[in-house]
Amino acid sequence: MGKPARPLPKPTPETQHFWDGCKQDELRLQRCDDCEHVYFPPRPFCPSCSSRAVSIFIASGEATLASYVINNRPHPAWDEPYAIAIVELAEGPRMASNIVGCEQTPECLVLDMPLVVQFEVMSDDISLPLFRPAGDQT
Amino acid sequence: MTGIAVVGAAETTELGKIPGMSQLMLHADAALNTLADAGMTAKDIDGLATAGERPTDVAYYLGITPSWVDGTSVGGCSFMLHVRHAVAALQAGMCKTVLITHGESGRSRVGAGGYSQDASSLAGQFESPYGTFGPPSTFTLPVLRYMKDYGMSHEQLAMVAVVQREWAGMNPRASFRDAITVDDVLNSKLIAYPFHLLECCLVTDGGGALILTTDERATNVNNAKHAPVYIWGTGESVETPMISQMENLTSSRAFSIAGPRAMKDAGISHSEVDHLMIYDAFAHLPIYGLEDLGFCGRGEAADFIWERNTAPGGRLPTNTNGGGLSYMHSGMYGMYAMQESIRQLRGVAPAQVQNAEVSVCLGVGGMFGASGCIVFGSTPKP
Repeated sequence: MGKPARPLPKPTPETQHFWDGCKQDELRLQRCDDCEHVYFPPRPFCPSCSSRAVSIFIASGEATLASYVINNRPHPAWDEPYAIAIVELAEGPRMASNIVGCEQTPECLVLDMPLVVQFEVMSDDISLPLFRPAGDQT
Repeated sequence: MTGIAVVGAAETTELGKIPGMSQLMLHADAALNTLADAGMTAKDIDGLATAGERPTDVAYYLGITPSWVDGTSVGGCSFMLHVRHAVAALQAGMCKTVLITHGESGRSRVGAGGYSQDASSLAGQFESPYGTFGPPSTFTLPVLRYMKDYGMSHEQLAMVAVVQREWAGMNPRASFRDAITVDDVLNSKLIAYPFHLLECCLVTDGGGALILTTDERATNVNNAKHAPVYIWGTGESVETPMISQMENLTSSRAFSIAGPRAMKDAGISHSEVDHLMIYDAFAHLPIYGLEDLGFCGRGEAADFIWERNTAPGGRLPTNTNGGGLSYMHSGMYGMYAMQESIRQLRGVAPAQVQNAEVSVCLGVGGMFGASGCIVFGSTPKP
């Protein structure tokens, strides 16, 4: 094994369904049964109306690039400068992620570019939802 | 309502690299200088607020027996929240004289705990796996969105650092005092695109403390070295532990609540503000702060700074100590921002603003997680 693995999430009971979904290539979001608010990160109640009546659904995996930085400081798990991105999901919520299948440069990382989720296996327990430019099948 | 005054304010004797003091001693060094400034001893203090260390440790170490304690810890603006809470406690008669301490061995890390993030925390699950690696690659995340939405240029972002270095040039205690240009900033080391080294705060050791009491009692503090400075208004809020979950990537919700609340409390309009401090861990903070406080419209703050309104000679002198970018930044900078507001209203600042009577001081904490804002006046609240 070469460089150390990136820090991996430790699921809690409230987030386990999300990480289980990632292992099955499903990006799972939650929607409030009462007010229809769609939200992230996972929790068993609606942060908009406080209802406990919420449902899990599988998101489209489509997103756009909302913002990012390209980190140039050495991180143990990365060899080269890498972009940390905020993506805006088609269903509304934003999430942090990385952009793959794309040079990590300002020229290639254009705000609002369409993206699609791509799950990468990091361990037996964790697959991470990363995003690649839409239309790129690599 | 009873008025509240600052009757003691001081920083640690040294700022910068202080390898000979533990973090707890930095709290004590700042507290001792502040007690001396107020002409008091620990026996005069019956209320204590602190962050970074536990109030228990600071009270025990200094020999304080408090009957009111606040350990609110929401990052670098915790001390603004302490002021707000102390005002309420003093007005309610829960205590008579409050000491607020900050000390941080941010650079030397002597007697300072390590940084760690629980992998099951919200940020541990939903940000760290993607390589967020401390504030330089996290606090900076929303800025490209701001730049695209409002057309701010890289040069305009760099100008924030240039202007603050001008202020630092007048301050013998500032860590960096040599003048810099926009090109210098843009040619400095790339830290996390679009941020360069000179657009990121320092990492230093230091501390500061404040003593607050009722203005009635303030008039009887006989041995104080300075006239009281008065608290006119306060505000606070929190938003999210994750930058990716800010409601709006181009504005801080916590700023937008804490700032206007403090100014409304004070009963002042923007034109009455003589001096402004906006916690600047990174160059975009003054831009967000100017807009969220309402000094500029949306998308106008970069032009406002570029046109030298916040610079020496400008109509809204801002971050006149040089700020976190040039003066010092131990990690929790909010205390130093308030110290500069108080120096300005006492008339003893190295880069003194003429006739400064009202100062607004906006803090940020836990990156964009929290905010506290204090309005200071040189006279009792009207």
